[in-house]
Amino acid sequence: MDLPLIVIRRMAIGVVTVLVVSLLVFAGTELLPGDVAQAILGPGATPESIANIRARLGLDQAAHIRYMHWFGNLLHGDMGTSLVSGREISVLIAERSSNTFLLAGVTALVAVPLSVLLGLIASTRPNGRIDKTISAITLTLISIPDFLVAVILVSIFSVQLGWLPALSTIRPDSNFLELARMLVLPVTALSFTVIAHMARMTRTAVLNELTSPAIEMAILKGVPKSRLLLVHALSNAIAPIVNVIALNLAYLISGVVVIETLFNINGLGKLMVDAVTTRDIPLVQGCAMLFCAVYVLLNLFADTISIVANPRIRHPK
Amino acid sequence: MNSNNDILQVQNLCVDAIDRHGKTMPIVCNISFSIAPGQITSLIGESGSGKTTVSLATMGYSRPNCKISKGKVILQDEDLLNLDSSQIQQKRGSDIAYIAQSAAAAFNRALTIGAQVTEVAVLRGLMTRQQADLRAVSLYNQLGLPNPETIGRLYPHQVSGGQLQRLMAAMAMMCHPKLLIMDEPTTALDVTTQIEVLQAFKRLIREQKVAAIYVSHDLAVVVQMADDILVLKDGRMVELQSTQNILDNPCQEYTRMLMDAVPQLQLPHISHQPLTAAAAAAADKLTPDPVEKCRLENTVRKEANSDVLLTLSNVTAAYGSNTSTVLKDISLKVNLGETIGIIGESGSGKTTLGRVISGLMVPSNGQIEFQGRVLNNTCKQRSREDLRQIQFVFQMAETALNPRHRIRQILGRPLEFYLGMTGRAAEERIVELLDLVELSAEFIDRFPRELSGGQLQRINFARALAAEPKLIICDEITSALDTLVSKAIIELLINLKNRLGIAYVFISHDLSTVAKLADSLAVMRHGEIVEFNKTGNVLTPPHHEYTELLLDSIPKLRTGWLEEVSGLVYNPV
Repeated sequence: MDLPLIVIRRMAIGVVTVLVVSLLVFAGTELLPGDVAQAILGPGATPESIANIRARLGLDQAAHIRYMHWFGNLLHGDMGTSLVSGREISVLIAERSSNTFLLAGVTALVAVPLSVLLGLIASTRPNGRIDKTISAITLTLISIPDFLVAVILVSIFSVQLGWLPALSTIRPDSNFLELARMLVLPVTALSFTVIAHMARMTRTAVLNELTSPAIEMAILKGVPKSRLLLVHALSNAIAPIVNVIALNLAYLISGVVVIETLFNINGLGKLMVDAVTTRDIPLVQGCAMLFCAVYVLLNLFADTISIVANPRIRHPK
Repeated sequence: MNSNNDILQVQNLCVDAIDRHGKTMPIVCNISFSIAPGQITSLIGESGSGKTTVSLATMGYSRPNCKISKGKVILQDEDLLNLDSSQIQQKRGSDIAYIAQSAAAAFNRALTIGAQVTEVAVLRGLMTRQQADLRAVSLYNQLGLPNPETIGRLYPHQVSGGQLQRLMAAMAMMCHPKLLIMDEPTTALDVTTQIEVLQAFKRLIREQKVAAIYVSHDLAVVVQMADDILVLKDGRMVELQSTQNILDNPCQEYTRMLMDAVPQLQLPHISHQPLTAAAAAAADKLTPDPVEKCRLENTVRKEANSDVLLTLSNVTAAYGSNTSTVLKDISLKVNLGETIGIIGESGSGKTTLGRVISGLMVPSNGQIEFQGRVLNNTCKQRSREDLRQIQFVFQMAETALNPRHRIRQILGRPLEFYLGMTGRAAEERIVELLDLVELSAEFIDRFPRELSGGQLQRINFARALAAEPKLIICDEITSALDTLVSKAIIELLINLKNRLGIAYVFISHDLSTVAKLADSLAVMRHGEIVEFNKTGNVLTPPHHEYTELLLDSIPKLRTGWLEEVSGLVYNPV
């Protein structure tokens, strides 16, 4: 099959994924216990006022009609308005996403090169002393929940030593130095989790290549060790490495609720958690769809790279 | 043999294997030989004899979990084993070059061929990129590769196996090495391709005065290539002599055994059924009388119809969206208890034919009749009884047998599935089956990994026998085995065929092996059967042109054959 055709097909799968997720998100929020009208009006509301609100919000219509309405608006970029604040959801999300993207971006910049490097180093001498040390450390870090890591970091660097702030409430007027100081701890805590995963996967992927006959051949034809690793092994291990990186980046965007809450960063995760507690259904749905889009896009990107990196597809017979 | 101008001298070389607990065990011991410029020394032996280990050790390399423990590898007055790893890495690629068994696996699939061929020369600064590219093109020319100017821009998957093997030779010769090591360089190739590659290698070695080591288990090929032969067994030298001496009077019993195991075609072969032979000869296009031909063909048909087991009529099959047709209009008949040999080179469609018969692949056209009934095309739609009657034996027993099952389970499963046999009855039957394939009852509780390659293939075959089928399809079941082991398996098959009256479809690329076993031969090429006849007739001259090419391409167990064969081509109009 031709390269463009494969990529287009992959994109189509992405679109279908978004569609299915939108159904699941909508159905999931339908199942949430409690009634929005009740939540808005409080315990003293009369049945009439509740019915009024329900009619105003369109909650009295059948579910599939509401879904069509909601998804149709979503396609136009209209995510609706927040039930609690009455503000446009797209504006709310835009405000918060800059913080999340900053946190995720800085973490990615630190974690991705570091984990690929650690994975490569570990794979040069499998089961050697360095490999075992890296394995032990990454395994330990992956096993400790991120909130515990964060709490430990805070208690050491903020409480005991007082070097860094315990809260990272990013304001528009924060200057670069403040920003940097605020980001150190959350970025470190997040990095620990993702580095462990990415480094281990890189090690496995490269090691898999290093035991192939092609690498033995490269050794026997006199290729120096560094080139062996960086050109011969890595060029074949790109696909699995890119895929695990994409998965972790998606996690950084959508799964950092705990870290955001702990450090009081006003990001998307925190926005969603707040929306859930206030039964702000449209906002929950909006956040969920954004996370879904990020996942789909990043995985699409990773798959496209793996497809392009495969010479069998790039240059068919 | 030990003159002063030898390029390579190996003295008392020993290699140890190291197990998980750090314990060492010698796998190769006290190997000594030397090679003069332009000469080829061959290492032969069965798998596990240590021939690859020795050849790698002459490059100062040992596989993970192995260690060169003793000895000297002197390349032009310098002991390679005294060098540190970066010094020795400098020697590889320039002074010593290596050609691996499977070029398809040894080339990096993510880089272009040209980049890999010229890589080390440019990296070391021995040549500029332009010089290296020029040198590569001239080597491609010498090796008879198509489009030498542009072939370097392709990726490994874009060229054929034979071309890739020659490209690896070009990669090896790039920096004018003094020592060239070839590890089974033609085992993965078809016989017709093998000749060209062998000739190209030999010419290059003679012209460039390279000392070469040629590792192989195939004695007939070795005889064509080697000046001296070193026979190895269990990591020890059995004997080292000139090729002619080995052929004329081998000193050791083991060498004689190896030579006897080389499958030899007995040509010509007088058939026991004169009528059929005459009929088949008439069917040959060389006898022009159409009336006579028709009459005799009918005789054959009538005789065959009496107990036909399997009939394929006009079967066509393709992979993907009909873009590559691998079987074109195949018609074939197999009688009860008859063995049909399917011969062909890679890509001829012989394996696909086996898969279509067994229902593993769906033909796009045509039909398959079994015992007078039309069979469903896919094995999913076939009844359990139909499945039982046709069994398939795969080439690689290691991958076909579940490594986590004991032999009891492996053989017990078809007994239960097809025949409803369990418990005591099944156990007795398993022992019987083991006995049929000449294994003792104690194997019943072993795991596949505890068995040798030959034993595994016997179990693989016993699993097919367990279903008590009428037809067994054997796909290259001896091609991964050593000559001695393969010979024993063929003898077993012949023995069982006579005792049990099972029909075989025996698929192989190796004409000499099939000829021993098959009643009839079907020669396939590009998805078509070019010749189908009784084995004796196929092998009796005059041959069909393509069959003749195949026959002529089989290396003969005598020196000088490679120099005599030339211009073997088949161009059907």
